[in-house]
Amino acid sequence: MTTFVIRRLMQAVMVLFATSLIVFVAVYAIGDPLEILLPSDASEAERAQVARSLGLDLPLPVQYGRFLWAALHGDFGNSFVYNRPAMEVIFERLPATLELTITALLMSLLIGLPMGLWAGNRPGTMVDESVMTGSILGFSLPHFWQGMMLIMIFAVWLGWLPSTGRGEPGTIFGITTSFASWDGIRHLILPAINLSLGNMAVIIRLTRTGVQETLPLDFVKFARARGLSERRILLVHVMKIILIPIVTVIGIEFGTLVAFAVVTETIFAWPGVGKLIIDSINALDRPVVVAYILVMVTLFIAINLAVDVAYSLLDPRIRSRAA
Amino acid sequence: MTLLRLPGESLIARAGRGIAASPKAAIALVICVLLVLAAIFAPVLAPQNPYDLKEIDIFDAKLPPGSVGYNGMTYLLGTDTQGRDMLSAMLYGLRTSLAVGVTAGVIALTIGTTLGLAAAYFGKWLDTLIMRLVDLMLGFPKILVALMIMVAFGQGTWKVILALVFVQWAFFARTVRAAAMVETGKDYVEAARCLGLSSPRILFHHLLPNCLPPLIIVGTIQVAHAIAAEATLSFLGIGLPITEPSLGLLIANGYHVLLAGLYWMSVFPGLLLLTLIFSINVVGDRLRAVLNPRLAA
Repeated sequence: MTTFVIRRLMQAVMVLFATSLIVFVAVYAIGDPLEILLPSDASEAERAQVARSLGLDLPLPVQYGRFLWAALHGDFGNSFVYNRPAMEVIFERLPATLELTITALLMSLLIGLPMGLWAGNRPGTMVDESVMTGSILGFSLPHFWQGMMLIMIFAVWLGWLPSTGRGEPGTIFGITTSFASWDGIRHLILPAINLSLGNMAVIIRLTRTGVQETLPLDFVKFARARGLSERRILLVHVMKIILIPIVTVIGIEFGTLVAFAVVTETIFAWPGVGKLIIDSINALDRPVVVAYILVMVTLFIAINLAVDVAYSLLDPRIRSRAA
Repeated sequence: MTLLRLPGESLIARAGRGIAASPKAAIALVICVLLVLAAIFAPVLAPQNPYDLKEIDIFDAKLPPGSVGYNGMTYLLGTDTQGRDMLSAMLYGLRTSLAVGVTAGVIALTIGTTLGLAAAYFGKWLDTLIMRLVDLMLGFPKILVALMIMVAFGQGTWKVILALVFVQWAFFARTVRAAAMVETGKDYVEAARCLGLSSPRILFHHLLPNCLPPLIIVGTIQVAHAIAAEATLSFLGIGLPITEPSLGLLIANGYHVLLAGLYWMSVFPGLLLLTLIFSINVVGDRLRAVLNPRLAA
């Protein structure tokens, strides 16, 4: 197991290095940040001076070398727009994104698991049919359009919930979070629903398939013969088996949620990293884009590693093979 | 070389019978066909050419559905902020969305299938290399990778297709490899090898036909994914250029006026996009149920 983890970590470093190079070169090619930063009537001298102060006048390999050296010291350069360290800007907004994604993940599990169990336990019935068709609809709905419809219905027509922003998050135990104030929670509801629906559909389908594949197995028949209640068989014995694929999928789904947070945050003007990256792309804020992508790549390498480790811990068959 | 027939009936017959047996899937397939026809014949069907400036009138801008314009034309689904007939814009948008999604799907299928077959057939280091790449690709969320590619290359129709192919080939490669791994061990492949047939011939004429069922299922679903991903990129303003408005771009334009109550500019193109993706997915789901050998057994 240790060898496995070490090998994966070494791979991770290589992937990160390769990504940094690709991303740096690619982002360099997208445009001239000076166009955005300077007023259109700026003189040549002013342009040259700003370019020099940002290091934009140097050849590309030198710029990359300087970037890499600084990055290894935790410095990803200053954001052109905010004029503050790019990493600082990202980490400042990361909590808002994590709050949104974790809420969405919990919602999709709390609703998806029971729905999947319900449908899986009644194969071929109307319930099963409707839940399955509903779940196809769930992952067919385009995220961005679904978000707009939620705003239209619940914010514009019914006026129940605020349409955009994060409101006034409260402070609890010294942490500022949306969960700590009623206004924060009200602002969180629509974006979280929007983000969770597609994921919920995946959880429903996975649970339902798991239940239907597990119910005909011998150990279930044996449990019935022992006189255990159907409820106990489903919620304890069957659940143990189907949780294995679900736990591993949760890791991957968490990644998908972070990715789709870009869309949800843009629509609901949620001040997280997703909205930041779209704003930064439009403003050609190169350091922030590069730093964001590297943070994401690191996050996904960590998630994939955690999923692999969790998988081998959960499934004794894999554990014994690895040993 | 004749394909190795599946016992009983052909693949297409089996898929067709499976779809016909489910009213839901049959309706979805009919909708898919109708939408494809509507996209192909959009220039004939559309009441106006929405991108011919001579045909649109700015005085007809922002008219609600069912309004009659200055030129006496009835706008069934209203007009956009430029005075463009929404129905016409949607038909043209459908055309773009489908063209991009299907093109990306077909290219990804070709590349992914070739790599998957090669990995399974040649094995050894080639298999390791290809599957490592597949694992790496599948470890990252598609939409995020596509977004990064678009950031790097900028907007453009072929750039969107490139981004979609880049994120989708791995799904095909993994599917085909898994199916081909089972097949390579069988006698007919050994026999073909003994006959001295070339590797490409064995791969594409003998192995591939027997890997088709899972490939058809994944292909259907991936086209739906490609259409949704393109719409998302275009909505974020980093997908198709404004000159080729897909359904995603139409919805993006409608987004800016949604809060002002001009709902028709985003609701109708969105419903069309949803109908398209949903019906493809319903057909794909049914195909999975009837073609999947594991479920059939």
